[in-house]
Amino acid sequence: MSSSTPRTIKTDVAIVGGGIVGASAALALRRQGVDVVLLERDLCGSRSSGVNYGGVRRQGRPLSQLPLAQRAHEIWARLPALIGTDGEYQRTGHFKIARSEADMAALEHYAHLSRDFDLGIELISGERLRAQCPWLGGKAVGGSLCVDDGQANPRLVSPAFALAAQRAGAQIFERSPLTRIEHDGRQLFTLHSGTALEVSAPVVLNCAGAWAGAMAEQFGEPVPLRSGHPAMMVTEPLPYFMQWSLGVEGGGIYCRQVARGNLVLGGGSGFWLDGDRARSERSAIASLTVQAVELLPALKHAHFIRTWSGTEGYLPDRQPVLCKSRTTPGLIHGFGFAGAGFQIGPAVGEVLAELARDGHTSTPIDAFSLARFDTPPAPAAGATPTTTTAQAH
Amino acid sequence: MTTKPALQPVIVGAGPAGIRAAQTLAAHGVRPVLIDEAARGGGQIYRRPPAHFKRTPATLYGTEAARATALHGTLDGLHAQIDYQPDSLVWNAQGGLLDVLHGPTQTTRTVPYGQLIVASGATDRVLPVPGWTLPGVYTLGGAQVALKFQGCAIGSRVVLMGTGPLLYLVAYQYAKAGAMVAAVLDTARFADQLAAVPAMLTQPAVFAKGVYYVGWLRAHGVPIHSGIRPVRVLGDGRVAGVVWADGAGREHTLSCDAVGFGYALRSETQLADLLGCRFAWAPMHRAHLPERDAAGRSSVRGVYLAGDGAGILGADAAEWAGELAALALLQDHGTAVDAARMQALQGQLHRLMRFRQGLERAFPFPTDWAAHAPDALVVCRCENITAGDLRACVRETGADEMNRLKALTRVGMGRCQGRSCGVAAAEILAQATGQPVERVGRLRGQAPIKPVPIHLQARQATDAGASA
Repeated sequence: MSSSTPRTIKTDVAIVGGGIVGASAALALRRQGVDVVLLERDLCGSRSSGVNYGGVRRQGRPLSQLPLAQRAHEIWARLPALIGTDGEYQRTGHFKIARSEADMAALEHYAHLSRDFDLGIELISGERLRAQCPWLGGKAVGGSLCVDDGQANPRLVSPAFALAAQRAGAQIFERSPLTRIEHDGRQLFTLHSGTALEVSAPVVLNCAGAWAGAMAEQFGEPVPLRSGHPAMMVTEPLPYFMQWSLGVEGGGIYCRQVARGNLVLGGGSGFWLDGDRARSERSAIASLTVQAVELLPALKHAHFIRTWSGTEGYLPDRQPVLCKSRTTPGLIHGFGFAGAGFQIGPAVGEVLAELARDGHTSTPIDAFSLARFDTPPAPAAGATPTTTTAQAH
Repeated sequence: MTTKPALQPVIVGAGPAGIRAAQTLAAHGVRPVLIDEAARGGGQIYRRPPAHFKRTPATLYGTEAARATALHGTLDGLHAQIDYQPDSLVWNAQGGLLDVLHGPTQTTRTVPYGQLIVASGATDRVLPVPGWTLPGVYTLGGAQVALKFQGCAIGSRVVLMGTGPLLYLVAYQYAKAGAMVAAVLDTARFADQLAAVPAMLTQPAVFAKGVYYVGWLRAHGVPIHSGIRPVRVLGDGRVAGVVWADGAGREHTLSCDAVGFGYALRSETQLADLLGCRFAWAPMHRAHLPERDAAGRSSVRGVYLAGDGAGILGADAAEWAGELAALALLQDHGTAVDAARMQALQGQLHRLMRFRQGLERAFPFPTDWAAHAPDALVVCRCENITAGDLRACVRETGADEMNRLKALTRVGMGRCQGRSCGVAAAEILAQATGQPVERVGRLRGQAPIKPVPIHLQARQATDAGASA
């Protein structure tokens, strides 16, 4: 199409970004009868929403995220009815391993802190663990099980949210990057995707993930957003032996076994290749292989068949931005999920839909306001990055 | 004061391209590292049997014995001048280092490079037929390897089908080796071959060999059927026969105990991909291939491409391209090279293009394959994904691109990572979406290039010291 006249669309809400956050916001809005246009630069769910580890975990999140996580937990429970697929979502339990007494104490502390949220956390001693999980390597001294946490296939879930939104009447434009956005100073945004498409809407949701900083900055709200690239790895299919999704207190590695038998492992970082692609670091691959065999000796004779990475947005405190713009009425931000957005994504979508339609939400989100970056001028030259472009490691 | 960085060329692949590249560098006083996945150099076409194998080059390589022997001799004579690393799989590349898995010891090491010649070769281009997962079905290349490397035939009554020069070569080699070739079934029509004659005559010697194989097969009573379409491989637990349709659509059944099939070759491009080379659609090869200039320079400075890994041109072209890439590398580094020789090699390669187009005319890709692939046909055998699964995904999700199709269906997500099933999956996707195949894109490359043991024993030293 070489037409120089762009297709113009008027809508209630325009969403920038078709990851799990933007797509679930689109779906929630359509379920409330609100007109939606969504612009996605590539394919919906093809970036970090679609290539992440697939953990659907509440355990270990900061307390401030637990109301969102609980709301999401309830959405995940009715996933097939909502998006038409279970996306291989299973409440297999998420087990966090302690490799020392200090780690065990930290897990006990978290279980205590989060008790008001009723996550159903169960602490498991080393002895019981060895009896129950003979496949676990010797390093585990115990751990913490959140039995209703689980895992899902992000490759399937995230695009399915977009498809469901589309079926519900959202107008979704893939391969349509936002090239320019203007606000008339009163009540209308105009979004341009090249010369092909022009969308005007009174409300815009900034769900552009690692690429969300540019829009925030344009509207006078610069954010210290940086890109991160998780290193991921998958083995060939192995006889099924491990139900839980595993994490390790203190980080380093996480892994799960999918029903097909492959183990998905993550940990360490990748590097940025170009605007579209990222890969796992050599050192992360090496570290993952060592830790994997240590954690799960059964993997000793397995092969890994693929590594990959993606691009995620991180704020310095590893908390997302989820708030109304303070400079521009109608602009609402939802980005920066720091590698932990998959589980809460569907709830974030609902919250964004509420903010767009009603101006407020019943879920506490004060912790995710941009106001937290309103620090008084630092006495010394700060090391806070302000760039919004992806950085190679 | 600036000192020119030392030349540190690494060549990946010890087939015709890699060996000639190593020889050329050595002749200019440069000591390259030559990394090869195989235990003994020669590549696939001149694959060498294990050391104590008894068969002579004449029986192993037939009319190509002299070339094979010459190439092997070149490599053997180079041992003192190069750092030759056999049994070594390059499985990753990042930041001027290659990750290399040494098969026998299961250790991995990094090999630094300043300049790199990628001569990664090719594998069979597979278009599945119902029944192709039965034991006793091999690719043409696999059938040839069995004969050359293991000294055995894939069966005692063998059908060879598909298309491409390898079809007739393997048939000839099998028949010569004493196997009963029940039939050669070529999807190309005889008229295609006739139409290609003028272009094929640009390489009269090669053309003559092809004619000779066909003549020999006919003279020895091997039935050759052209313009066919494979319908299915028969068998219950193992191959018992094949069904094929002739040009008029009539089905024929033929009993056999093994099938070799294939549709020419496809380039192994993953290393070039990991290195960041820019790819473009190459219509003649019906594939996305790394871009290169006439001398083999890729889009990435210091990375050169030679041989079938950058586009299928055959063994002779690979030797020329290997030499040429090495000369280009030396030239880029400021070493005086024989410019006339470079010109001559480029001329030879250029002239071969006409012949290569002739081959494509003689053995055209069966573009109607996807249209005839039934829904129940297994396309991806690692993950057991059928043509119907792929079509359903297109129907239900609107997937129109290879990586999306992979994400949603698991096609190409198994041990082969699309190396075997990618060609067929792309054809199905193109047909199901009504797009030309170049539009469906290509699978993203990611390490490892082939499956690697997770229990990696890292060998600390890089090979910089080892080669000093």
